[in-house]
Amino acid sequence: MKLVNPANKRKYEVIIVGTGLAGAAAAATLGELGYRVKCFTYHDSARRAHSISAQGGINAAKNYQGDGDSVLRLFYDTVKGGDFRSREANVHRLAELSVNIIDQAVAQGVPFAREYGGLLANRSFGGAQVSRTFYARGQTGQQLLLGCYQALQRQVALGTVTLYTRHEMMDLVVVDGVARGIVTRNLTTGKVESHAGHAVVLATGGYSNVFFLSTNAKACNVTATWRAAKRGAGFANPCFTQIHPTCIPSAGEYQSKLTLMSESLRNDGRIWVPKKQGDTRAAGDIPEDDRDYYLERFYPSFGNLSPRDISSRRAKEMVDGGHGVGPLRNGVFLDFRHAIERLGADTIAERYGNLFQMYEEITGENPYKVPMRIYPAPHYTMGGLWVDYDLMSNVPGLFVLGEANFSDHGANRLGASALMQGLADGYFIAPLTVGHYLADVPRTPVSIDHPAFADAEREVKARTARLLAVNGSKTVDQFHIELGRLVWEKCGMTRDAAGLKEALAKIPDIRERFWKEVRVPGSSTNLNQSLEKAGRLADFLEFAEIMCWDALERDESCGAHYRSEHTHLDGEAKRNDDEFSFVSVWEHKGEGQDPVLHKEPLAFESVKPATRSYK
Amino acid sequence: MNLTLHVWRQEGPTSTGRFETYQARSVSEHASFLEMLDLVNEGLTRSGKEPIAFEHDCREGICGSCGMVINGVPHGPSARIATCQLHMRLFKDGDVIWIEPWRATAFPIIKDLVVDRSALDRIINAGGYISVRTGSAQDANAIPIRKQDADLAMDAAVCIGCGACVAACPNASAMLFTAAKVSHLGLLPQGQPERYTRVVDMIAQHDREGFGTCTNHGACQEACPKGISVDFIARLNRDLLVASWKAAEPKAARMGGHG
Repeated sequence: MKLVNPANKRKYEVIIVGTGLAGAAAAATLGELGYRVKCFTYHDSARRAHSISAQGGINAAKNYQGDGDSVLRLFYDTVKGGDFRSREANVHRLAELSVNIIDQAVAQGVPFAREYGGLLANRSFGGAQVSRTFYARGQTGQQLLLGCYQALQRQVALGTVTLYTRHEMMDLVVVDGVARGIVTRNLTTGKVESHAGHAVVLATGGYSNVFFLSTNAKACNVTATWRAAKRGAGFANPCFTQIHPTCIPSAGEYQSKLTLMSESLRNDGRIWVPKKQGDTRAAGDIPEDDRDYYLERFYPSFGNLSPRDISSRRAKEMVDGGHGVGPLRNGVFLDFRHAIERLGADTIAERYGNLFQMYEEITGENPYKVPMRIYPAPHYTMGGLWVDYDLMSNVPGLFVLGEANFSDHGANRLGASALMQGLADGYFIAPLTVGHYLADVPRTPVSIDHPAFADAEREVKARTARLLAVNGSKTVDQFHIELGRLVWEKCGMTRDAAGLKEALAKIPDIRERFWKEVRVPGSSTNLNQSLEKAGRLADFLEFAEIMCWDALERDESCGAHYRSEHTHLDGEAKRNDDEFSFVSVWEHKGEGQDPVLHKEPLAFESVKPATRSYK
Repeated sequence: MNLTLHVWRQEGPTSTGRFETYQARSVSEHASFLEMLDLVNEGLTRSGKEPIAFEHDCREGICGSCGMVINGVPHGPSARIATCQLHMRLFKDGDVIWIEPWRATAFPIIKDLVVDRSALDRIINAGGYISVRTGSAQDANAIPIRKQDADLAMDAAVCIGCGACVAACPNASAMLFTAAKVSHLGLLPQGQPERYTRVVDMIAQHDREGFGTCTNHGACQEACPKGISVDFIARLNRDLLVASWKAAEPKAARMGGHG
């Protein structure tokens, strides 16, 4: 690993897009090291990034419980949880760094839950048989993000980081094959601006909002990573999208997003459906003998703590089989009755109080009295821009961190691992690997004089003008809902070749109608939320295609990617290691052209790929 | 249900604003308040008008983006929730609803219901952190913290930075916001070295931003979606008093001496 002389660090400018865990941690640390950092967020404040919504916790191989945890075990669980589709070396590094993250967060004042002796408390999470999850009530993401945010704001005050709030990245600028800057739009004034840097770091999150309804915040989008892909960065495993098993079921047509109920609830809640199809009795009227605790039945070892992909699919199977509960028969029960009897309502309130409160506000039902109703929802995307071990994409100088990259979770992410990865990337990996890259980059100042900047600005402005000029009759959301439904049905929890081909035929048609019929009111010179939404949707309408291409080409089932043609007799995903033990990397070839698939073979030296079993 | 909305519309920071009246029809009681506004906005867009600008993102009460004064009350009639968690079952058919942005000198209006809350970030910049370099931390369990202290710190740390406390305060003071951060960090052993300079610097910035002073109305606590207690303001005042006894160190010395 090469180093940059401390006196030379200030001669390098680093652009960071996104202020979630990965972006804020990287910006704070790179600024602290002495680089000149420019950090961008489309929010009004760095504290609002979607990392803040993570509820349950963060994994670390501290083995504070003395229950047999180790770096090796966390590494193994993560590789297995990802159904052997992640890169071993990256995951091992992640497991090693997990312990440093907890130390760092505690030193910053993150108020993790503690035991009466004053030491840190842990809880269990899906896909693991040790208790290694650190948490701050049901607001772990919030507390970790505020730790990063405070570290970032400290650097802003010290002048090492310049923070641009309400600025959205609209394009990546590549000069002579090297990432040299970005074009942004000031969301308050509409001004399109260029920013140059010696390196560009994207930490812009995932693309679950391609489904329209997901647990992601409303503004989450694929624009930054998709724009980079259009400028030459490979997009890896776009079809690996995680459907979270414990969300509140949709209540009606007006639904704008889905709300997650932390997976940690499965520590004490038991999942069941009525044994009888179409049973309309209230939960309390269904006797024990008429209940099917199906996860405990299918997976006696892991039971209600089975991994997310498996738990989600089984829930869908139950609902599709006529066992759904609730007014729309679109959920399964998550029942705390036994836990309340065993531990008392106070203990349950201490563990999950804010989640129970949130559930009651949304549904009007009291989960201390009646079981929660849950159903799977799009939640996280394991796919993202391809990166090497240094988290650099195939475009030199372009680094990608956190959910925006593809590297650590394979085909399925385990609970409490997203926070771990975002912080490992941001605090501990990128600050060193960016320096390693910069050590070979000339220290001459960068400027926005190169014509590539002017070209990119012109394209951004033309696109904005075009969106405003369509003046059709349909709203942006109408198209987003149409796209979302199609992708959810054909490239959601289960997929097959016929459905994916159908989606690939229909997406260009939606896109074409969008550009002819959408109506974006207002102007481009002030705050215009319709215009922001329209630009993001335009990118989803392009991106959705490579997601379906990837799902079609990966003719096997693995983790969250479940092709109904490839299943074991018991319904579990059937992997095909002989043909598909690789990372799919998609190269954009231009408008109207089919993307090209490249393959990075996966070699497993420490962990032997085996059939994933949680029975 | 059908509702009549009077909504504050203002094109830009320097324009003159006014209330405009809209009808929200066939609203489901299960919809959220923001989903009701989505519906109104879809209608406005289809008829070629500009939709109502309002901030929102996570829609589950944690990001702190949303916030509007609903019938005179920040975040609306239900206690301890953000606007996005407000559900229409609390309203009834025929209700008239007045919707306004946060109103405070330190929060200039950007458009309609969207205000500029960057003053809160600048209060954090002034000292709302623990100065710890990445990678220099010792083992997390090397600092035992009494559970009661950790829990109390968490009670303060849950602040989502929405600004409802400011909107509710007759003096437009951000004292509850500031006190929450001062208390969160000041309750923990890691926060002790900077405890007294932090409170002095954050209060100085608070005042520079044009927030009013605290005169113990307690409206902030009622409006806070996270139920943060005004007790933390008392804690802040105690720290401020102690700080006035201690000679405040010069800022350069606190920054580590090689800046």
